[in-house]
Amino acid sequence: MHRSLIWILIILMSVALYLVFIWSPIEKVMGNVQKIFYFHVGSAWVAFLAFGVVFVYSILFLMKRKRSYDMIAGISAEIGVLFTAIVLTTGPIWGRSAWNTWWTWEPRLTTTFILFFLYLAYIFIRRMDGAWEKKARLAAVFGIISFIDVPIVFMAIRWWNSKLHPIVFGDAPNQSGGGIEGEMLVTLLFCLGVITLLYIVLLQKGIYIERTKLAVENVKKNIQEKLMK
Amino acid sequence: MSYLFAAYMVIWILLSGYLVILGKRQQKINKEIEFIRELENTQ
Repeated sequence: MHRSLIWILIILMSVALYLVFIWSPIEKVMGNVQKIFYFHVGSAWVAFLAFGVVFVYSILFLMKRKRSYDMIAGISAEIGVLFTAIVLTTGPIWGRSAWNTWWTWEPRLTTTFILFFLYLAYIFIRRMDGAWEKKARLAAVFGIISFIDVPIVFMAIRWWNSKLHPIVFGDAPNQSGGGIEGEMLVTLLFCLGVITLLYIVLLQKGIYIERTKLAVENVKKNIQEKLMK
Repeated sequence: MSYLFAAYMVIWILLSGYLVILGKRQQKINKEIEFIRELENTQ
């Protein structure tokens, strides 16, 4: 992994925190707590991206049976679960302040909750005992099917017309998007970029570890074979 | 303000936790590499 990428990430993350806490204006109704929004939405975006990568690489794996495709899908799912966990914990903290309740079975919250457990199950499938190829095939099919929930989470507030989660981008029958100030939008877009870079760094690190692990396993196998002869 | 603090604490705790997990995986592999090297040197 390029060390320079990590340094760029640290610098950009510091800028993002400056934009969130100092530069962006305080929302009039919710106050300071609205600043959770930037990392909450950023985490949701990266979770969608990560599960999208799982979907694409699962299809590629089923087509070409390359272990590296399965590896990338597995690592991406882990990162997706991490960011979904961030969404599911920061959301209720924000909700407690804004809606006066920690949790409500509102469409987007419910579908996100389901999404978290779907990919948690995907990770457990990968950790089952058995031949890697069999597990990888099963995980790939599960990863493809689970992705159906991602567009459902995104569209939930539009399809069920929920008022708790406002639409930021695009329109719905009774709501229109773009309801945030220019400085807030700039901060949000910057945070989206930085969290995406964080995803790339984590993915790179994960791939490096898994590749090294695989290489070590192969060397161990060769040594075992030599000793058996 | 305390809600804002709590939310960002949660974010950093979860991210740090994942970094610790990755670090431990890396450490485990490094130990195995070290073991293989020692094994090769003794042969």
